[in-house]
This record gives sequence, structure tokens and C-alpha cells, in this order.
Amino acid sequence: MTLAALTLHAASDTLRRRECSSVELTEAVLARIAASDENIRAYLTVDRQGARDQARQADKLLSENKSDSPLLGVPLALKDNFLTRGLKTTCASKILGDFVPPYDATTVAKLRNAGAVIVGKTNLDEFAMGSSAENSAFHPTRNPWDGARVPGGSSGGSAAAVAADECIAALGTDTGGSIRQPAACCGIVGLKPSYGRVSRYGIIAFASSMDQVGPMTKDVRDSALLLEAIAGHDPADATSVQRPVPKYSEALTGGVKGLRLGVPREYFVAGMAPEVEQAVRRAIAELEKQGARIEDISLPHTSYAVAVYYIIATAEASSNLARYDGMRYGHRAEAADLNDTYMLSREEGFGAEVKRRIMLGTYALSAGYYEAYYLKAQRVRALIKRDFDQAFASCDAIVTPTMPTTAFKIGEKTQDPLQMYLSDIYTISVNLAGLPAISLPCGFDKAGLPIGLQIIGKPFDEATILRVAYAYEQATECHTMKPEDRG
Amino acid sequence: MNYEPVIGLEVHAQLLTDSKIFCGCSTRFGAEPNANTCPVCIGLPGVLPVLNRKVVEFALRAGLATHCEITRASRLARKNYFYPDLPKGYQISQYELPICEHGYIDIEVSGATKRVRLTRIHMEEDAGKNIHDQHGDSSLVDLNRAGVPLLEIVSEPDLRSADEAVSYLKTLRAIVQFLGVCDGNMEEGSFRCDANVSVRPAGSDRLGTKIEIKNLNSFKAIEKAIAFEIERQSDVLSGGGQLVQETRLWDEHREETRSMRSKESAHDYRYFPDPDLLPLVINADWIAEVRAGLPELPAARKARFMQGYQLPAYEAELLTSRKDIADYFEEAVTAHANAKAVANWIVGDLFRVLKEQKLDEEFYIDRWPVAAERLGELVRLIDQGKISGKIAKTVFAEMLSSGKSPQQIVSDKGLEQVSDRSSIEIEIDRVLAANGKQVEQYKSGNDKIFGYLVGQVMKATGGKANPQTVNNLLRAKLQ
Repeated sequence: MTLAALTLHAASDTLRRRECSSVELTEAVLARIAASDENIRAYLTVDRQGARDQARQADKLLSENKSDSPLLGVPLALKDNFLTRGLKTTCASKILGDFVPPYDATTVAKLRNAGAVIVGKTNLDEFAMGSSAENSAFHPTRNPWDGARVPGGSSGGSAAAVAADECIAALGTDTGGSIRQPAACCGIVGLKPSYGRVSRYGIIAFASSMDQVGPMTKDVRDSALLLEAIAGHDPADATSVQRPVPKYSEALTGGVKGLRLGVPREYFVAGMAPEVEQAVRRAIAELEKQGARIEDISLPHTSYAVAVYYIIATAEASSNLARYDGMRYGHRAEAADLNDTYMLSREEGFGAEVKRRIMLGTYALSAGYYEAYYLKAQRVRALIKRDFDQAFASCDAIVTPTMPTTAFKIGEKTQDPLQMYLSDIYTISVNLAGLPAISLPCGFDKAGLPIGLQIIGKPFDEATILRVAYAYEQATECHTMKPEDRG
Repeated sequence: MNYEPVIGLEVHAQLLTDSKIFCGCSTRFGAEPNANTCPVCIGLPGVLPVLNRKVVEFALRAGLATHCEITRASRLARKNYFYPDLPKGYQISQYELPICEHGYIDIEVSGATKRVRLTRIHMEEDAGKNIHDQHGDSSLVDLNRAGVPLLEIVSEPDLRSADEAVSYLKTLRAIVQFLGVCDGNMEEGSFRCDANVSVRPAGSDRLGTKIEIKNLNSFKAIEKAIAFEIERQSDVLSGGGQLVQETRLWDEHREETRSMRSKESAHDYRYFPDPDLLPLVINADWIAEVRAGLPELPAARKARFMQGYQLPAYEAELLTSRKDIADYFEEAVTAHANAKAVANWIVGDLFRVLKEQKLDEEFYIDRWPVAAERLGELVRLIDQGKISGKIAKTVFAEMLSSGKSPQQIVSDKGLEQVSDRSSIEIEIDRVLAANGKQVEQYKSGNDKIFGYLVGQVMKATGGKANPQTVNNLLRAKLQ
């Protein structure tokens, strides 16, 4: 096994045992990128020089034994909607094509302080809007398991980079499933923490009331470690909560014996691929075998989730994206007057999906429609949240599929946005309710494509879903599979 | 037909916080363009607002001082529109749930008290400033002001004349000044106002077509603009014409209002709660704490001035029209406790000088030509009989030009009042000797001559002789 294939915790142990240096580890990852990213195209920017400098710095700290951070010297990738000081941040949009931020996102600063090596910025659907990583202004990313397929989205670049060993682990953002859905497509672990658990400061906003930063890793322990490093209150983010951060990595063991796991009947419906359903059912059976009590539960407002999401997310996005107007940074069109400068800059700078969502959101908020759309959606959102509150009265976590299908083919759904929107049908409710959820591999379909299992937790109970995920992972082999083993 | 004006005012008061409403940048006026900016207030990608607690406290102070109900769970909302001075493409303001509602203030209108209701007080951020025509054919943007905290104070349409509007604004300005939440400086724009004016046939209870007047930055402009609008609108209606709802600008030079683009009124701001900021929950303890810490307000201070210093209502009103004036008065009285005389000097001589020097609308008390303590000292010299009231006028003029203390001026120029009998007697003897004819006339019964002789003695002493002593001695000599 090459160094680049190591998990975060294994890489950290290897560095601590001096079996390799951070520079060697970083070179291995850079070599891997050089070898495979021409096909996969997970990255938008690879910061070779910066990564080497940071690795040398990390080696110095490692030799001085001054830091006990498990991230010290470990090469990580960031979705290109995290602001990185001095390193181009595009959000996969032409409108920010040459934008170099003057400051680091809070999570990026935390990674840097922990000594992590930031290798580069990964591809995404423009402004994190999409479920396939095809809606990038620059190029689509390919699924490492099958180059004809999408890696999922919007954090498709981060998912593909982790799956292809082009980094040790990565961070993504999840507004309606953008971490978990590509994690499922790429056979890795993706964790969306509770809303408010991780700072959003310095993340290019898509939908402020749902966006959340989370880890994308090769196994569950890595997710726990990475979450530990980025979680916590940030005075610069008014929506981040003041709650102590548990030692997630120490809460993994203990198994599922006696835990009550809810299985919502509304999540197993027509339209999902039979192989996905079978794999998820097998996973549930495995958890039951380990001593979990499986409860049949109902989340009655599930069918409204996609509609509600596309009202609220687009409304917030239409406002959040207003600042990209060509005035202070980013793309500015040459035009005759002020109004035309606005219109043309945005016309040229934004892609079709972004424009579609801005228009939807603008409409939903406009006078005369606000009550019918935005306010109504907020009311239904409250009902969806209440569904979960009621469900959690009788269970400790909820187990569902992450996606109704495995990764689809590139181009297959780009002509039909509504079809594309449905690929997040199992993940969206979680964002509307602000809950934590994790996706981890639970099998493969006949074509050898990974299938994701989603575990949803109570608010701020990341520890329980990590424990359930770890128990499942330890009993199975899925997470050890690599795309090249596919056969 | 007679028309009745209906006026409501929207006041923007810039808050006296050190930092902006959603970031730590300075709010200092007059800095280099864009010096007081950071990623948050210039709306870079990824930034988030964090509400300045002081702004909320100031809003509570203003709300409690104006008898408002405090909204226990209010919200900040986004007002969406594009403009180069608006970096995020939206202004964070309050909409459906402002922090304060349903208050009132009492104003004095021709001797009577009138209650003006407040619809709401809400918090919001200011925008930046566009600077045109300085750089070829492009415009420049200064974002120093972007994110500076404002209170918007909206009245009900309870005002019925330009005078009432001005009285309301002066009262409101005094309140926010006394509260220490706003300096009230209209020239620098930290207290600015838009007026909604309509007219209707007298006696009607229906509202006429509302015209908004913007750009009002002095009491004079407000008064003239409202008066102009009332007349303009009445003329249009009398002539059988129709008014359209629009926004008009006050043109200072031509002294008239003129129409802004009417597109403005068709704007759809697409307000919605700002998802970056959680609902603002204000607990009862905080309200109680702010209430307990409210300073003495203008009305209370006026009452105290009338009772404690025995001032007439008119003086007390003038002295409490601004906090700096009230403070100045009390400082002068601390230096010398003759409130009535101090008040007279301020309301009379000092106000006249401030007006002449165009300092009466400004808020730099440190630029006033006479320090409060020195004014007190001047009055003390009179009360001590060291100078006469007449000499005091000379000393005051000298204080203005030289900046010296009154005592200094009196000593330097030898202006001290002479009460010493023997030196006055010498002067009297000289005057009597030189005016034999007049002395004869007096003795033959012409009493008016006495005044003339007193005048001659005063003249001979350079005005410094104590007039009472002169009187007494002269009477004795002439017997």
C-alpha cells in the first residue's frame, strides 16, 4: 500500500513513529495527484509549493514533539468554497475565477493551527449547487470507481480525491446532502454535523440556514478526528453554538447493543434502486445482529422536503449571491451603465444552474409570493423538524439509505434538473432539521459501484451516529475497498 | 378649499458606538476612504455578521425613553437591492419584528403639549458612499460608513405643520443626545430625516397621496421643504390636479422639492429574516437593567431646572434643547451659583455670539468661544461687586477675542469697580468744580441734572466707579 492510501489516523501514527516524514507523505499524495487527477479531475487548484512548505514546517514540529494534533503533517484537501488566504478560491464559478481571498475560513485556520498540510482546492458544483459535480464552470469531476459516472455533488471533488487517494482526507460542505451524497457515490465516509456545530465563517454561503462544514474521510475514525479538529463555537459566526466539543474519537467504541435505531417507512419507496434497498436492509440486519433494536418509525412530512428545500435554499441563495456584482472583486463585464454592468457581469459570471436557482429564490421572496412560498415553506420546515423530534422520542438514531441509486452517468441528468434534485431526497430533510448525519459505504451494486448507508442523529449527538457507524464499519469490509480493487 | 397637512417623519440616528454593527471596525467620522473596513463590512465572500451588543442596548435605551414596547424576540431582516455602495447586495435591517414599537414623545407646540406617536424604532446598518465626478467618468466608492449602526425612528402621521415637525425633531434629537446614543449632528449626517407629507381637505379623515422628501439635513431645510410641499400639494389639488405617490428631493439652492426617479417607488426589496443571525431574544432582566440606567431626559431636566434653579419655563426649555447646552449651563452654575444670571448670559449674549459665529447648529462645545467655568466666573465678578454689569459686557467681548479669563482681563485692563469713597470723592469734587453752572441749576430745583452729574463722575472714572457709591456721595455733597 502506498503512503497516499493511508487513513488519517494511520498516517498520523506513521508520522509519529517516524516511519515517514510529512514531506514524504505529501510527495506521495502529490505524486498520486499527478498520476490520476488528469482523469479524475478532482482538483481545481493544487498548491504544490504551499503543500511542500507546510510539510517541511510540520516535520519540524514533529521532530520537536511539540504538538499532539493528529492532523499534524497530514495532507488534506478543501472544497473550493473554503476561503484560503493567498490561495485562489473560485467556488467553481467564473464570477470568482481569479479571486484570491485575504483571509482564511475559521475551519481552515483551525486546520492550519493543527499543522495540517493543505494540498489544494477541490472541484464542486458551482456555488455548491448540484448533485453531480458537473455544474462546475471549469470541468466535471469523474467518479474514481467508474470514469463515466459522476462522483456526486456538490462536494464531488473532495469525495473523488479521498476515494482516489489524492489526499488523506478532505473537508466539504453540505446544504442538502452535498457531503453525504458524493460520499455515498464514491464509497467514502461523509459526515454532516449538526447546524451550528462547525463555524461557517469563511465558507462561501449557499443557503445560510442549512450550510454546514464536515469531514470526508476514508473511515469513520477519521471523521471523528477531523470533526474534533474543526468543531466548536466561533465568535465570528452568530449561528455557531456554545457547547463543549466531545472527544468524538474516544466515543467510537461501545457498539450498538441496546441502542434503538429507527427505520422510517417513508424512506423505502418506489424509485429507489433494488440493490440499494437490499444493501441498506442487510446493513440494518447487521446492526440488529449486533444488538440494536430496530424500530419502525414514521416521518410523515418527508414527501414535502424536496419542495421545501428548493424554496428556502434558493431564497437564501438569491440573496447570498447578490454580492457577486462585479463591483469589488471577481468578474466585471464592460457595459454602458451601472444597471448593464450588474446584469452583464452576472449573466457572464454565473452558470445555468446558479441562474436558475437565483431566479427561483427571487421569485419566492418577491412581493405577493412571499407568504405563499417562503413563509409556507418555513412552516412545513417546522413540521419536518417536529417529525424528527417525535421520532427521536422512541429511537436513538435513524438509519436510511443515503441515495436512492448509485452514481449516475455523466450527462445523464443534466438536462433534467428535477431528476437531479431527487438524488438528494434522503439527505435534504436532515439539513432542514439541522441534524447531524453520516454516510458510510454499505455495499456495492452489480456494477461494482458503492452504496451509502445514512445514520441520522439527534441534535448535537454526533457521538452516537459515529458510534453506530463505527460498529457497522468494523464488522464489514466495504470501507477497505479501493476503486482499483473493483473487479 | 382649506387643506390640512398630514406629516410623518422617518429619522435615521447614527449610534455613538465605537465599532460597527456587525464587525469590529471603527465608526470614526472623517477617516481616509475605506480605512475603516474589513472583510465583514465590505461583504467579501464567506463573511458573517455578528450583532454588536451595544447597538441593541442603545436601541433599548431609545425605546424605553420614548415609551415603546420592547419586542422580546425581534429579528434582523435583509433588504435586497443592488447599488455600488451596498457591498452585500442587501442591507441588514429590521422588518416585521422591529425591536421597539408603539411609543410616543410629547412635544411643545405654541405653549401646549402634543403627543406624537412612534410607530417603531429599528436597528440597521448604514450603506457606504458613492463619490461621483472625481475620477474621469467613473465613480468611486467609500465603504467607511458601510455597517455603521443606525436607529430608524418612525413616527405616525401625527404632525400637522412644518413647525410641529421641527419641534418634534428637536425634541427627539434632544432625547437621543441626552441618552448618549447619538450626537445629533445633522451636518455630518448622524441625525437625518425623511419626511412623508400629504394634504387632505380640512376635516377629512382620509389620507391624501403621500410624498416622501429625502435629503433633509438641517432644521431650516426641513421647515422650508415641508412648507413648500404643503403649498405645492394644496395648489395642485386646488387647481383640480392629481398627486402621484413619489419620492422628492429638497433642492437647497432653489428652495424647492423636485421629483426623483419614480422607478424608486416600485422597488421590491424582498425582505426576509437574515438566516445568518438568530432571532434576537431580549430578556426582562436586560430591559430592567437598561431602564434603571436611563439618564435624566430633557423633560425631566427642564422640570428640574425650573424647580431647582427657579428658572422660567422659556429659559429652561432653551437650556434643555440640547444636552451640550444643558451641561454647559450646569457647569457654569457649578462655578458660580447664580443660576438666573448664568441662564441670562447663555440665552442672551452667548447664544447671540454662537449664532454670529455659526456655531449654534454644531456640536463641538469645545469650539465654543467661552468655557462654562469662565462664564460662571464672569457672573461671580458682577455679584461680588468687582465689576458692573456694564463693564461685564466689555469683559465678555474681550474674553471672546483674547480667550483670557475674566479675572485676568479685569486686572490687565484695570477694570475693577472702584468703591473706595475717598478716590470717588476726589473725582466728584473735580466734576462739581468743573460744572458750576449745572450745580446751580440743580440747586434751583432741576432734579434731572443729578443724572447728568452722575454720568460725568462715571465717565471720569472710566465707568469703574460703583454707581451706588457715586450716588450716595454726590447726594451728600450737593446738600
